[in-house]
Amino acid sequence: MNAVELTSVTKRFGSVVANDNVTFAAQVGEVHALLGENGAGKSTLMSVLAGLYRPDAGTIAVNGAVQHFRSPRDAIAQGIGMVYQHFMLVDSLTVAENAMLGQAGHGVRLHTAPVERELAELGQRYGLAVDPRARIWQLSVGEQQRVEILRLLYRGAKVLVFDEPTAVLTPQEAAGLIGTLRDMAADGLCIIFISHKLDEVLAVADRITVLRHGRTVTTVERRATNRHELARLMVGRELMGVVADQPQAVAGDAGVVNLEVRGLSAEGDKGVRALQGVELQVRSGEILGIAGVAGNGQRELAEVITGLRRATSGEVRIGGQDTTRCSPREIVAAGVAHIPEDRNGTGLIPSLDLQDNLILKHYRQQPLARGLFLNGAAIGNFADRLLSKYNVAAPSRAAKARLLSGGNQQKLLLARELSGQPRLIVAVHPTRGVDVGATEAIHHLLLAQRSRGAAVLLISEDLDELLALSDRIAVLYEGKVMDTVPARGADVGYLGLLMAGGAQSGAADHGRPMDTGGIINQDVAH
Amino acid sequence: MLVISVLAAAIGAGTAILFACLGEILCERAGILNLGVEGMMLSGALAGFATTYGTGNPWLGALAALAAGGLLSLIHALLTISLNANQVVSGLALTLFGGGLTAFLGQPLVGLPAPASFGKLPIPGLAAIPVLGPILFRQDALTYLSYALVPLLWYWIYRTRPGLYLRAVGESPATVDAMGLSVQRLRYIYVVLGGMLAGLGGAAISLASNPGWTENMTAGRGWIAIALVIFATWNPTRAAVGAYLFGGVEALQFRLQGAGTSISPFFLNMLPYLFTIIVLVLATRETVRRRIAAPAALGLPYFREERS
Ligand SMILES: Nc1ncnc2c1ncn2[C@@H]1O[C@H](COP(=O)(O)OP(=O)(O)OP(=O)(O)O)[C@@H](O)[C@H]1O
Ligand SMILES: [Mg+2]
Repeated sequence: MNAVELTSVTKRFGSVVANDNVTFAAQVGEVHALLGENGAGKSTLMSVLAGLYRPDAGTIAVNGAVQHFRSPRDAIAQGIGMVYQHFMLVDSLTVAENAMLGQAGHGVRLHTAPVERELAELGQRYGLAVDPRARIWQLSVGEQQRVEILRLLYRGAKVLVFDEPTAVLTPQEAAGLIGTLRDMAADGLCIIFISHKLDEVLAVADRITVLRHGRTVTTVERRATNRHELARLMVGRELMGVVADQPQAVAGDAGVVNLEVRGLSAEGDKGVRALQGVELQVRSGEILGIAGVAGNGQRELAEVITGLRRATSGEVRIGGQDTTRCSPREIVAAGVAHIPEDRNGTGLIPSLDLQDNLILKHYRQQPLARGLFLNGAAIGNFADRLLSKYNVAAPSRAAKARLLSGGNQQKLLLARELSGQPRLIVAVHPTRGVDVGATEAIHHLLLAQRSRGAAVLLISEDLDELLALSDRIAVLYEGKVMDTVPARGADVGYLGLLMAGGAQSGAADHGRPMDTGGIINQDVAH
Repeated sequence: MLVISVLAAAIGAGTAILFACLGEILCERAGILNLGVEGMMLSGALAGFATTYGTGNPWLGALAALAAGGLLSLIHALLTISLNANQVVSGLALTLFGGGLTAFLGQPLVGLPAPASFGKLPIPGLAAIPVLGPILFRQDALTYLSYALVPLLWYWIYRTRPGLYLRAVGESPATVDAMGLSVQRLRYIYVVLGGMLAGLGGAAISLASNPGWTENMTAGRGWIAIALVIFATWNPTRAAVGAYLFGGVEALQFRLQGAGTSISPFFLNMLPYLFTIIVLVLATRETVRRRIAAPAALGLPYFREERS
């Protein structure tokens, strides 16, 4: 039986038709994947189901009965809950308080203790551990995602929509979540799983509905399809495939050291040590990958290097110059490009148009600036050139950045950051939440920068990405570099072990990794 | 003795500011900035005095003040919550409107004696406590009401379920909406409640601390209340501390003028405002250091399908 059924749903935003006559049905007890590229209209369709958006046309039926949702309240009452792509959490409140929002409760008094207990239990049961008393702003993005999922479980929704939930998880965590989702479906829940990752969809779904340009392409049984067919259905053309194993910079020692980090320690937002004596070197023409589970100091490392966070001790040298106490502007001037984790908050200004976002780092320079004034014509040219060079799909350079899809926002950010021929690129999760096509483009851009002679510090939770792009991979665990290994021929099992802190005593205390069959330990300096 | 009487006067003078500040805290906690406090206080002051003048009952006056402030803030709610008007502009318009309207309507009442007011009402027993008694417990009924309101609001904001919703809606209306609560309803409620308290603050002047009506009799206390919200870090208890500090400066200034010091009265009149600036500078530094920020969505309109 169909748990939910959307019939002929159309949803417009101004002139954009996000959903065009879409029909979709998911059954009780199945994991139903909604597959589509960035901007295909997946989130919009499910926001209609969750009562957040009102459709311009079409109907929603729950368990066979037509419903008219006027707000998420009505959808929640029908047992429909959604883990949104952009977190719906109140930063200043605790995890438990977030879970209690809008929940019909008894009495006026706030009783957090029972909720905290229940959340802790749920977290344990589903492997989604997070401190129910922590405030949201203290949590990493991955942990915040867990809160979203926990809240849904806590509310006991019957139809659970997950909007790209694995985008913020490590491969291991993602695998764990997929198991959880399967269990939940087996328990008789209806799970709707939005994604643009083919492998993941094939791993989790019973049936798959493909959306393209706001229209339903088809619904297929997982057993009756394959990766190749899905890719063709989703993109509408044949796909080139993941970046092939690139020639790794052979003589890593040859390039000049563009980034040197020595004994670096820093505090996180909670005031606890986030980085402890980190030692790193990245040479010109080299990509150093940083692997690790979310919340082990990656964000802090990027922030300290780019001047957004104070180091408590240690030293950062960029191109030989000590930049430990420099302002972000001085660090930009030293030739550092930063692709931050939070692309909408730290990377772009969503409410400004594309050209303004593009000149943020260059507006003081000739010919964009003429004395105190901006040179409109030059800026227009500059923006148009970058937009076409970096293939940003946008109506015009005067469009607001927030209206772009995630993949195009990321390309916009890369266009700005890479245009100044940086000597060091700090890229944090550059392809998170970005579809296959754009991921491919971003990978090529980073590799081109390496060939040009830039040093790249690539922070990612996607081990495949790190292995494909990096020359060397360092693993960060609880703010310490556990080990650094050459990417070529690296043992994924060993990396996973380091990411879990498993080989800590071996690597950190004796400067030697566990015997993992042929891994050479390069940086035994510490 | 002098110290005690100045402190007692400080509390009396601080009551009006305290009501207004508590009201603005509720409003800003919900994410709406209302710069119309001065206008709402004035209309409360006038409505309170006029009603008392007509009926002889200050309690009816207080009710009228609540209604007048609430009505004016309802305009603000309508403009900013439903019609997407700019909150700063709407608030300023409210202050100008309230000032002009009360000056016009209140003309016949200027200088008339108050037939009744909230007089000092020593609480038996408590008033006899040395030092504290005369300071705290020889006040008027409205001041006692404000004593009760401070812990009540604190409890409401931090310890109740509706208070949780209030804190959430000012931080992330999108979350509140997605969780099935009505952002608009919450915001209407607290904007109007805030306006009612500002109106009552006006009545605390025209019916208690300076019974009577004169044009623009709030003399900037509405603005001081708005500034105090920041000093209070959106917390009712700290608002009380701030309000009495200001009441103290005001009381001191009157004493000094009364004692005939050689300091220019213009300078003395300026003191509360000067003090406001100093307190704001210090408070802002403190909030930055302790990471207590304004409600994240303060001043931002919320429409569900608008991308932020
Ligand atoms: N609130 C909005 N206002 C204006 N346009 C919107 C809004 N939400 C979505 N759109 C537009 O509608 C289209 C579909 O967007 P949607 O977010 O549903 O895509 P998606 O499939 O979820 O993509 P992604 O994989 O990037 O999350 C896009 O062109 C997007 O720019
Ligand atoms: Mg989406």
